[in-house]
Amino acid sequence: MSETVNKTPTTFRERVMEALRSFGLPRLIIAGFLLLLFILAPFVNADLPMQITNTINRFSWNAVLVLAMVPMVHSGCGLNFGLPLGIVAGLLGGTLSIELGFRGPMSFFTSVLIATPFALLFGVGYGWLLNHIKGGEMMIATYVGFSSVSFMCMMWLLLPYHSPNMVWGLSGKGLRTTISLEGYYDKALANFLQINIGKFSIPVGTLLFFALLAFCMWAFLHTKTGTAMTAVGSNPTFARAAGINVDKIRLLSVVMSTWLGAVGILVYQQGFGFIQLYNAPFYMALPAVSAILIGGASVNKASIMNVIIGTFLFQGIVTMTPTVMNNMIHMDMSEVIRMIASNGMILYALTRKTEVRR
Amino acid sequence: MPKEVVKRMTTAKQTGAPLLEMRNVKKNFFGNQVLTDINLKLEAGQVLGLVGENGAGKTTLMKILFGMDEIRETGGYGGDIFLNGEKVNFSSPFDALAKGIGMVHQEFSLIPGFTATENILLNREPKKENVVSLVFGERMNTLERREMDRQSEAAIEKMGVRIDENMLINNMPVGHKQFTEIARELSKEQLQLLILDEPTAVLTEHEAVALLDSIRGMASRGIAVIFITHRLQEILSVCDKVAVMRDGCLVQNVNAKDTSVQEITRWMVGRNISSGENKHRQLAHQNVIMSIRHLWVDMPGETVRDVNLDVFEGEILGIGGLAGQGKLGIPNGVMGLYEAGGQVTFRGNEIALNAPRRCLDASLAFVSEDRRGVGLLLDESLEWNIAFPAMQIQNKFLKSYLGGLIKWRDEKAIRDVTEKYIDELAIKCTSSRQNAKELSGGNQQKVCLAKAFALEPQFLFVSEPTRGIDVGAKSLVLNALKKFNQESGVTIVMISSELEELRQVCDRIAIVSGGRIAGILPASDSSEDFGMLMVSQVK
Repeated sequence: MSETVNKTPTTFRERVMEALRSFGLPRLIIAGFLLLLFILAPFVNADLPMQITNTINRFSWNAVLVLAMVPMVHSGCGLNFGLPLGIVAGLLGGTLSIELGFRGPMSFFTSVLIATPFALLFGVGYGWLLNHIKGGEMMIATYVGFSSVSFMCMMWLLLPYHSPNMVWGLSGKGLRTTISLEGYYDKALANFLQINIGKFSIPVGTLLFFALLAFCMWAFLHTKTGTAMTAVGSNPTFARAAGINVDKIRLLSVVMSTWLGAVGILVYQQGFGFIQLYNAPFYMALPAVSAILIGGASVNKASIMNVIIGTFLFQGIVTMTPTVMNNMIHMDMSEVIRMIASNGMILYALTRKTEVRR
Repeated sequence: MPKEVVKRMTTAKQTGAPLLEMRNVKKNFFGNQVLTDINLKLEAGQVLGLVGENGAGKTTLMKILFGMDEIRETGGYGGDIFLNGEKVNFSSPFDALAKGIGMVHQEFSLIPGFTATENILLNREPKKENVVSLVFGERMNTLERREMDRQSEAAIEKMGVRIDENMLINNMPVGHKQFTEIARELSKEQLQLLILDEPTAVLTEHEAVALLDSIRGMASRGIAVIFITHRLQEILSVCDKVAVMRDGCLVQNVNAKDTSVQEITRWMVGRNISSGENKHRQLAHQNVIMSIRHLWVDMPGETVRDVNLDVFEGEILGIGGLAGQGKLGIPNGVMGLYEAGGQVTFRGNEIALNAPRRCLDASLAFVSEDRRGVGLLLDESLEWNIAFPAMQIQNKFLKSYLGGLIKWRDEKAIRDVTEKYIDELAIKCTSSRQNAKELSGGNQQKVCLAKAFALEPQFLFVSEPTRGIDVGAKSLVLNALKKFNQESGVTIVMISSELEELRQVCDRIAIVSGGRIAGILPASDSSEDFGMLMVSQVK
């Protein structure tokens, strides 16, 4: 029999310290800050039920985008700063679905369907690129995101869209910056099984949709291929010596990530009620990256729990800060806080990276 | 004769004692005797060559002499050490330095961005007082550059090899770094005994000759030198005495001029040659299970040029040879981890090179010499490490759903197999979920073996299975391999730098030299024969 010495913490103090350490200081600070905001809200005359509803809503809009980070983190491609590429695929799906005349909640699913081939195509190209620049994935990913958005800025004007709901009124061509989804897939998921209790309102459909995707992701990571993906991220040489085609697995992770980005933006739009084109995809990657980091993921480890906790904390801060702060000091601080939280988190994670790596 | 030398020699004369004397020095690491009753004398101005295989105890002995921390942390040592007739027991290297013992380690301890002078006099620089330092204390003194240059030049002069004292360390060729280290030791006024741990290993031939000259120079100045090397010719050309260590014992201590390279080789590697410890098996029928033809492998530092080799079914074949001759390249090339060419057939079927998956599918397995880089998922649990290759290659530890569409990880089967190997190989861990990086080297090696065993291969390459692990773990690992071979009938090819280890385990041993097989001998052949093969084609 081998020696099995379990190093279970003995004293209460040790156990608390251990729990705190595993939870992580930044998460603790942010959770504490969010708690403080919730406590403060009634005192500064903010509408608490309203705020909680908002937080849950925003969680449901963003969770899938955050989930899109998971596969690439697992395969060692780092955080997907190239998320805008997936978003562009989603935007193509959404606009084409409207252009083709699909209406009502069903248009959400046609959008997903149309976005899928774009996402796969973009994902393969993006993955091929990332396989050629191993070690610098995150930097290249950022540029891929930027350039795809800039390229699409031209395309939105040039592509032959005709639907009067989307094109500029005067010229009759080129897409508008913001397109209303009323009559299309606005609240397509949110209205499904929606619960309303007084001022509370819970978008059960959206949450279920996220739960389904999250479950699929969790299940995938428990399969043979999912295990290989984690191993590739953990030690590519080990994986190669075990007969794994490292490039193929990495490519798969990028495709998955891109597809989830596409679906994620459609989920976001159905909750928000508008399609935002042109520069809007720029601003989607960083909040998603920082949300998963706040959730406790590192550059090469991420779990579904990290996604849920991170999205909740991040969106909670974004929702609560403006109301509470505005009511307190009558100044719009939300954007500043959001910037500090998201960029600060990314910086923090990147400093951790060097510590973890051999 | 320089004044200092006279002074030093007279101190020795007065006491009548030798400069260094070791009496019955012994050391054990957690019950493993690594040094047994070492008795050694060294006079001022003598050069002692200390030789022995890897793991013979040379380094441990020098660490004891130098008062390294790890000796004290592992329970100290037995026996006495006398310096100029005075009993010493250093509690740290600083004490040893103060008593005039200097040591040049195998790994450089130099600051890359500093010049040679700055490195040589680091923390012993002559200083100048200034206004600030008068107020804030001596830490604010400035360096006396001119005096520093003079002192380092003197040290370099003493060494007898020219190096540029103003050159930055990171611009130096590797040999000059070595000389800088030596100069640093020589710059210490009180230096009486200098230990050089394989100083010529990194030097070019020309530099090695210069170093040997400088050792002679140091000796003539009255400094005693202990010179550890694997190049026996150097020992004979520079040393007064040769001490040979084997398995923790000092087996010979003779005058260098009375011996020869052959004799030293025999002392080093040979048990008494007639001792037949390894019962050599006669394999019933010799089927060739793997045949390698004209294999070349482009593995940096271990280039394989043209290897032809037949491996018989059921045997343990050893591959030995000196470092850098290509023995490591063979398994890495066959298993597809480095660019390779040639022809490899396994059970009559040709195996594609440069495709790890093909080899694994043909039920070959490989335990890499690079444990941390290739062998382990450091950040994952033991369960993952052990089960992963078998899961990916043979679909073991998986539950199949929807007609094989979904292959789900079977956590229980994984835990079971992991615990089985934890028991069998006595892997010390807190649980099967502990991360691999938290284990010691020996236990990590056992995990690597377990990983290969879990594949249940027909053929196993094991590369340097005992590198960097302690003696106890070593025998466990070797026994596990033997047992695996006997009980499962698996053919094993074991690559190791330690000939003695190969002779304990293997049936036949192939020696690689210059990227080719220099010869294959039964393990019972004399060590001289192996020694001769090893150096036959060294380039």
